Amino acid sequence: MSGAAERQKTVVEPTIFELSSPGRRGYRFPPLDVPPIDPVEVFGENQVRSVEPDFPELTEPEVVRHFTRLAEMNHHVDRGFYPLGSCTMKYNPKVNEDVAQLPGFTRLHPEADATDSQGALALMHDLAKHLAAISGMDQVSLQPPAGASGELTGMLIVRAYHTDKGNPRSKVIVPDSAHGTNPASLTLAGYEAVEIKSDSSGRVDVDELRRIVDSETAAIMITNPNTLGVFESRISEIIEIVHGVGGLVYMDGANLNALMGIVRPGDIGFDLMHFNLHKTFSSPHGGGGPGSGPVGVTNRLADYLPYPVIARDEARSRGIEYYLDYERPKSIGKVHGVYGNFLVMVKAYSYILTLGPAGLRRAAENALLNANYLQHKLEGHYELPYKDYCQHEFVLSASRQKEHGVKALDVAKRLLDFGVHAPTVYFPLIVSEALMIEPTESESKRSLDHFISVMIDIARESEFTPEVVKGAPSRTPVGRLDEVRASKDLDVSWRRG
Amino acid sequence: MSKRDLRFTKSHEWLKMKGNDALIGLTDYAQGELGDIVFVELPAAGTHVAAGDVLTTVESVKSVSEIYAPVAGDVVDANAALEDSPDLVNSDPYGEGWIVKLKVDDASAVDGLMTADEYEEHTKG
Repeated sequence: MSGAAERQKTVVEPTIFELSSPGRRGYRFPPLDVPPIDPVEVFGENQVRSVEPDFPELTEPEVVRHFTRLAEMNHHVDRGFYPLGSCTMKYNPKVNEDVAQLPGFTRLHPEADATDSQGALALMHDLAKHLAAISGMDQVSLQPPAGASGELTGMLIVRAYHTDKGNPRSKVIVPDSAHGTNPASLTLAGYEAVEIKSDSSGRVDVDELRRIVDSETAAIMITNPNTLGVFESRISEIIEIVHGVGGLVYMDGANLNALMGIVRPGDIGFDLMHFNLHKTFSSPHGGGGPGSGPVGVTNRLADYLPYPVIARDEARSRGIEYYLDYERPKSIGKVHGVYGNFLVMVKAYSYILTLGPAGLRRAAENALLNANYLQHKLEGHYELPYKDYCQHEFVLSASRQKEHGVKALDVAKRLLDFGVHAPTVYFPLIVSEALMIEPTESESKRSLDHFISVMIDIARESEFTPEVVKGAPSRTPVGRLDEVRASKDLDVSWRRG
Repeated sequence: MSKRDLRFTKSHEWLKMKGNDALIGLTDYAQGELGDIVFVELPAAGTHVAAGDVLTTVESVKSVSEIYAPVAGDVVDANAALEDSPDLVNSDPYGEGWIVKLKVDDASAVDGLMTADEYEEHTKG
């Protein structure tokens, strides 16, 4: 069956408004047995709408089926393999969701007084302590609501530190393999990005670094392992060089999943870093829930952390054990409303306690093993530009497939036909036709073997029937989208015709 | 337009001289590598650039790339048609998809750029 014909079987789901039919109901309420109240009298005329809201009208099963059909059209980690490099789309254990649904957490008002939220504050205080123990940092703020927000917070701390010492300095160094958010964050913090090239092994060129650092170097931002999935093995030298000119060393913790329980950034000499709770610590990621990007610092930077800091006073001199400390004169201030995304923290806390120190280490080890297994099995079928053992992810190039006119994008689209989420493509920028694959520790050998056979099939198709790959996907509810229009003319609203 | 009239850079710009003015665009090879172009930033007339300076940036569905000045000169014009139709860079890279017109400081600098044959050799490497 051809792709188009196959696709015609799938009816694109109408909006819930189009499914509406006047008078349909899920439930009918019994007649009132108390006197009716006129809302205008209670709230005033200006608070009451003059026209009734135009809600869709459906029966309960129609609503349930509509949303179930929509959910079936979606790909998610509960449905299939999700090797999206640099995103650590690991499985989110359901017990974390159960814990985060406890009414004591969900019904707590963000502005509740510290006296009434001791449990939540204790959890946050304890989570920060665990993150500090995992990373070797001294203090952690849970406030930043996303990874890039953590980066910006980190760069503002760098600026506050140098300003305090008399000169904010002007430049921050980033490797050419860095996430694009790094230069964006340091620019927002008022710094100029200085790009440093990678050497032929995909690591920071240390000799080049030695040449470009000077008294204006405020910091270097390093992702370790980097986005090629390669450990920066000369990290101690890098840190020494930057510290030598008085600069700070920031770790982008996006790839912490490879190090968790094995290497502590603080022990190597990093001064500050961010964590992605929605990556490493298994809270939902990528539209599955809000993010959380805590920032950890060593003691010499602790004064600059965002306020309020969750503090503990065992003597209870204020009458409570945990309190919000706003008395932080050198703090960079708040970086988010309230204290950050609290329920995400609950899920990460539950994950850390469930696994324990030995379990966290095993998770990282399995993530490394899974990635190396895939890399080894796929190396003969796709170009592998950097040939070392990898960490938790690796980057293939579709350059061999391109000889048959098949690009990385086509391979990614074809994977969708086999029920696998596409890997990250065209990143890092230093690899042409990049396919960045991160299996995570969640996958069994059977699931990895399935992925390997699909990838080998696609390599074969690219050679013998390239048009199949170039026309993919053909088994998904919709075919290839118009990416130009999606970039230029994005309109996701729907209006009744 | 014949590619024989054009000169090329290693960073995949083409240049065509007309008197002292040069039209500059992105090569067919480069547009193929970038994929569908969704946005071209148009530099303001009057800006002076040195050879190798960033002239402007183009954004494709894959990435954002910089376009470098092949030679030194003043920006005299930019292709306003790209504002609404950046895809001209894809469909007609050597014609309607030109990006910037530069008043060249020193026309002899153009001789240092690659010929069509040299560029073709470069993209094979």
